Amino acid sequence: MKFHLKIWRQAGPDQPGRFEEYTVDNIVPEMSFLEMLDQLNEELIREGKEPIAFESDCREGICGACGLVINGMAHGPKRGCTTCELRMREFPDGAHITVEPFRADAFPVIKDLVVDRSALDRIIAAGGYISVNTGSAPDANAIPIPKDIAEEAMDAAACIGCGACVAACPNASAALFTAAKVSHLALLPQGHPERERRVIRMVDQMDAEGFGSCSNHGECEAACPKGISIVNIARMRREYIRASTSKAGARAVL
Amino acid sequence: MSQVVLDAKIPKGPIQDKWSNHKASVKLVSPANKRKYTIIVVGTGLAGASAAATLGELGYNVLNFCIQDSPRRAHSVAAQGGINAAKNYQNDGDSVWRLFHDTIKGGDYRAREANVYRLAELSVNIIDQAVAQGVPFAREYGGTLANRSFGGAQVSRTFYARGQTGQQLLLGAYSALMRQVAAGTVKLYPRREMLDLVIIDGRARGIVCRNLVTGELETYAGDAVVLATGGYSTVFYLSTNAVNSNATAIWRAFKKGAFFGNPCFTQIHPTCLPEAGAGQSKLTLMSESLRNDGRVWVPKKKGDTRPPHEIPESERDYFLERRYPAFGNLVPRDIASRAAKAVCDEGYGVGPTGRAVYLDFADAIKRLGVDVIRERYGNLFDMYREITGEDPYKTPMRIYPAPHYTMGGLWVDYNLMTTIPGLYALGEANFSDHGANRLGASALMQGLADGYFILPVTIGDFLADHRPDGLTTDHPAFAAAVREVNDQIKRLLSIRGKKTVRQFHWELGRIMWDYVGMSRNAQGLQKAISDIQALREEFWRDVKVVGEANDYNKDLEYAGRVADFLELGELMAMDALDREESCGGHFREEYQTPDGEALRRDDLFSHVSVWEYKGEIKDSVRHKEPLVFEYAKPSQRSYK
Ligand code: SF4
Ligand code: FES
Repeated sequence: MKFHLKIWRQAGPDQPGRFEEYTVDNIVPEMSFLEMLDQLNEELIREGKEPIAFESDCREGICGACGLVINGMAHGPKRGCTTCELRMREFPDGAHITVEPFRADAFPVIKDLVVDRSALDRIIAAGGYISVNTGSAPDANAIPIPKDIAEEAMDAAACIGCGACVAACPNASAALFTAAKVSHLALLPQGHPERERRVIRMVDQMDAEGFGSCSNHGECEAACPKGISIVNIARMRREYIRASTSKAGARAVL
Repeated sequence: MSQVVLDAKIPKGPIQDKWSNHKASVKLVSPANKRKYTIIVVGTGLAGASAAATLGELGYNVLNFCIQDSPRRAHSVAAQGGINAAKNYQNDGDSVWRLFHDTIKGGDYRAREANVYRLAELSVNIIDQAVAQGVPFAREYGGTLANRSFGGAQVSRTFYARGQTGQQLLLGAYSALMRQVAAGTVKLYPRREMLDLVIIDGRARGIVCRNLVTGELETYAGDAVVLATGGYSTVFYLSTNAVNSNATAIWRAFKKGAFFGNPCFTQIHPTCLPEAGAGQSKLTLMSESLRNDGRVWVPKKKGDTRPPHEIPESERDYFLERRYPAFGNLVPRDIASRAAKAVCDEGYGVGPTGRAVYLDFADAIKRLGVDVIRERYGNLFDMYREITGEDPYKTPMRIYPAPHYTMGGLWVDYNLMTTIPGLYALGEANFSDHGANRLGASALMQGLADGYFILPVTIGDFLADHRPDGLTTDHPAFAAAVREVNDQIKRLLSIRGKKTVRQFHWELGRIMWDYVGMSRNAQGLQKAISDIQALREEFWRDVKVVGEANDYNKDLEYAGRVADFLELGELMAMDALDREESCGGHFREEYQTPDGEALRRDDLFSHVSVWEYKGEIKDSVRHKEPLVFEYAKPSQRSYK
């Protein structure tokens, strides 16, 4: 297979970027999108040119390192799939493909297709945890948790922190990412003691990082490779209102 | 040739009391003094994140490094199947003793008893800790935790979170870590690659890192250094590991004097997707939990090209069930992998390359219904379909073994300290608990036991004797280490040869897979050694690395890692040649029973092979740590 690529190149955070065109040939349909880029990079290196910088690690859809906007869609045209899982058989032979980084004010470009997503870590640091020191845990079966609740928490916990939801959102909001963690922990009894301060701190951090606010476009859910549902955003809103009207929530703001 | 005495520092007393006695007798650092100590932790996988978080909770000043942009992406995240713990929640006769025995036996009697017992003992605390953190393990309708069984065990002791157990446990450790980052006890340094260890007065006192964004070389000083940087399966080029997984941190520590234990012990995982074609960057693992319900078979006729559904029952060979009736499809990984390779070598393999066997769920779907199978393995089936374009609900999966885990690693004593005082190694980076073969669902257990429960105790014992002395990176040893690293980077960039780094890596992978892979012999290993030496020589003459040193430069990062693999590969082959027996994942063709099973030689090889660097890889010296079995008496491992 043969493809015509238009790829965003940018030497550094403060440098101007531009699209460059490349043609790749001899691509087999089983190849992943990133393996196709590997092949292009090998050719560039052989010609002594700078390869295209992009990120990936696990290459099986679980680490959240990869993430490209392909033909205008975060993680590409296939639903429920990360960039590294996308196979070239999804594209017709001879297709023109545009590749850009995940763009958002809170995700500054580092180089080419690589962006800085550390804002997501700081949202977790603000409260995305249960405060339990090592060694102080009761027996694991001490608190029974209904199967359906555990499953729902797991659905939310499956977020891989890739940031596609931010890239897909017209407001560049991180609501889906934040809501996934808020939901995961609010659903479980272990998470209840801190639920007010958690949601308030995480939402405040999200705002402080310069993410936009959510206005229910739903693009995040469509782009999310892990099927995180926007129901989680509704839950986060309820948690937030609940917290802002409670004493514990008021303390969290201090 | 072994004059060096390796003291594993195993506490005295009966095995079940060793750890509690040890905990009661180690020296402590007072709470007020802990913050005066700086501990460098490299790696943020299960072992690194759990260690950094716990040390931070204790009040130490922790510096935590990782190559990824976020600690949450460390490769532990990809572990699918589960985590073992001797909870005996299923009332099926499990116990700490049984988990201990299974692990020693699964490792083919090449692990240290005291460590393994402690691991089994701590397994139960890990589950408690993870649940308290909010890890959403699978549950029964009554609300209690669910379990499943796994290869190499006859009890059901594996806890799991769908097919994403590693992810969920890592996110638990990561959340604990981020809590400490917010509390200011842990300072996080993502996008940093450790390129050297700094030793002062014989003690590990710091590291040199490359900032992967700016290319700057940075130095950090501390009172102890902890390496939790994972394993080295990517030495095979194609493996199930992440594409950035590498051996550089432990390798450079080895070259600075830390001894390396059992480098040749690698695990080839039986249930991976077969190689599809050129340009492939990695192999994908399908959790071995699939073997609980899937049946492995090949056609009875050689080169049978009929599609699987056209092959009648009577013409199928369920070779694992046939050869190992007691364990069937649940034999340990090394046995399952070798059996699959054997049938393919004989010409019974399936698929376009003939290097695959079927894993068939038709019977399980008939017995349990498609919904149960979907609930158990839905995401794995989806993944399979995603990659191959085939539907495993309708047609059997094709699987083949792939390099997955390395049991070898830096040698550590009972305290997880390497032979360099103040340098520790945790998780897959050390050699410790799995012997010659790791049982499924035991890697997560070991990483977390090391990080949450063992290191935080043992490191205090060392630090109590080594009070903070105000060392800074102004000490000339740091500048010297930076110079060395800088020289190597300059050298890599100045060769401007013809072959790319990836080509070298690929060629090394071929040598490793052909001669240092699932089945090895003296002649092949000798050939591997000379081939690797030649390839390394060519690398340093003809590699082409582009870009600048002071920039985000993946090609340069990669070149440094491959340079290290080109040395490590040779040591692996030397170790495999030296170990003239078969055990676990190490199969020497010269040493097998008449029916083709591994032949251990306990009289000669009941030891850990511990390698010391002497300036050239080929001059490395092998020492021995004898293994003594008082509680789990070695027997021939039988799963028949
Ligand atoms: S919610 Fe989905 S898209 Fe957003 S970070 Fe998580 S996995 Fe990625
Ligand atoms: S590389 Fe890990 S999710 Fe794509």
